[in-house]
Amino acid sequence: MLLLALDTATPAVTVALHDGTDVVASSAQVDARRHGELLLPAVDRLLAGAGLRLDAVTGIVVGVGPGPYTGLRVGLMTADTFGLALGVPVYGLCTLDGLAYASDLAGPFVVATDARRKEVYWARYADPRTRLSDPAVDRPADIADEVAGLPAVGAGALLYPDAFPDVREPEHVSAAALAGLAAERLAAGEELAAPRPLYLRRPDAQVPKNYKVVTPK
Amino acid sequence: MADEPLVLGIETSCDETGVGVVRGTTLLADAIASSVDEHARFGGVVPEVASRAHLEAMVPTIDRALKEAGVSPKDLDGIAVTAGPGLAGALLVGVSAAKTYAYALGKPLYGVNHLASHICVDQLEHGALPEPTMALLVSGGHSSLLLSTDITADVRPMGATIDDAAGEAFDKIARVLNLGFPGGPVIDRYAREGDPKAIAFPRGLTGPRDPVYDFSFSGLKTSVARWIEAKRTAGEEVPVRDVAASFQEAVVDVLTRKAVRACKDEGVDHLMIGGGVAANSRLRALAQERCEAAGIRLRVPRPKLCTDNGAMVAALGAEMVARGRAASSWDLSADSSLPVTEPHVPGRPHDHDHVHETAKDNLYS
Ligand SMILES: [Zn+2]
Repeated sequence: MLLLALDTATPAVTVALHDGTDVVASSAQVDARRHGELLLPAVDRLLAGAGLRLDAVTGIVVGVGPGPYTGLRVGLMTADTFGLALGVPVYGLCTLDGLAYASDLAGPFVVATDARRKEVYWARYADPRTRLSDPAVDRPADIADEVAGLPAVGAGALLYPDAFPDVREPEHVSAAALAGLAAERLAAGEELAAPRPLYLRRPDAQVPKNYKVVTPK
Repeated sequence: MADEPLVLGIETSCDETGVGVVRGTTLLADAIASSVDEHARFGGVVPEVASRAHLEAMVPTIDRALKEAGVSPKDLDGIAVTAGPGLAGALLVGVSAAKTYAYALGKPLYGVNHLASHICVDQLEHGALPEPTMALLVSGGHSSLLLSTDITADVRPMGATIDDAAGEAFDKIARVLNLGFPGGPVIDRYAREGDPKAIAFPRGLTGPRDPVYDFSFSGLKTSVARWIEAKRTAGEEVPVRDVAASFQEAVVDVLTRKAVRACKDEGVDHLMIGGGVAANSRLRALAQERCEAAGIRLRVPRPKLCTDNGAMVAALGAEMVARGRAASSWDLSADSSLPVTEPHVPGRPHDHDHVHETAKDNLYS
């Protein structure tokens, strides 16, 4: 087994190779505006560095968000296309689950990433492998009660110390963690979800600004 | 024939997910998935809606195009993709797919210009482009007059709209007339039964001191909207067919007049018309008439090739391969305002060689 994992649902562009037992190689770059440019060269370097060839890859793992849409789609489109070209399955995992899996917290906690517009994408966990709530998008102040007293993981928690006073590692998701989680679930015979993006917000029904209203009101 | 470049092209600059396959100047497949219905209720293309639809449609559309063409991906000589101009988020979906596909197949990637592709698509209909070619590109996103001596390397802007695109004006007027979105086809239909001389709408930028090759449709749009409003305010019925015909006449009169003038001034005896508005029947008819009178040969591809599609991208990609142009590098980015003067986005020579060596190494055991 050789899984190629990638995630672009946060400011990090992160890629990893996993042989089913261990992480073979991984890398991450943080640049919220250049997912499209950085991802493929990162995969290329990853393979070259590990001395592995693309035709050895048996499956693709991709973080399906939630996350800012433009970057999120870079990872999903790349994963889908690798699946098509290589003829291998593509597995989707919630990006927040990757962050949870990479934490070393024993008890209940929260994962929060930056959703921009003064909101966070978040979910509650019983432990690093068990999510208790569907991923949601909210203003930190509006969920203060639900997350009160819980340690929090992720860059979204760092941004809002009032709602998340107890912030733990890691800050960013890693493809290595996603791959590890996927390998574990596949080994347990679990079926992994198809790679469908978790947008959580409706599209802004905004026609581009050059479309002006012509009739005076 | 068989040694002409076989190229797959991907187009996602607006609301059409297009994947085409071309061998040299021969069209093998033109698969399209459109999200136009999802935009209709907004009266214009909503970028986020378009981007979401591209992601959904991409893999099935690639599959469909390959099946239609009856070729195997491993036989491709290259993958071409619209790198710009267009909607940034929408472009990025196509660029991500094209890069990955090219990389995984071990093929060169060509990021190409959407406008040059609109011109190059005519090769699939009428054979090799004459050099030079004058091109009038008119759609919901662009209205430009371009002169090209080599579609892979030299595209010069002669003129462009200074405000709205021609297609945008059609959409706006259709909306004011409550005819729905997109406006082009429906205005064309109503106009056929109307009198183009019924109302004298203004011809933008046609005064003696105006820029010779630039266009303006904003004044026309406002003038038509005011005319309709006045009728409604007076409680009179709006003569939809006459308004459509007179408005359409004002647009195509200016477009063809300036295009023919540019051909004459530059001594170019070919004019190609592309973009969605090229499907307009009156534009085709008037252009034909005026070109004939001026001794200019008119080339207009069939309507399906005029609107955004993947075949046009593949056509330009095939030309890039045929002329030995440099491929793009793996860090190719989508450029929403890619200048028309850049027909493609070549990689930096050093990086390019390096990355391609690595890619081949990675692929073949
Ligand atoms: Zn176009």
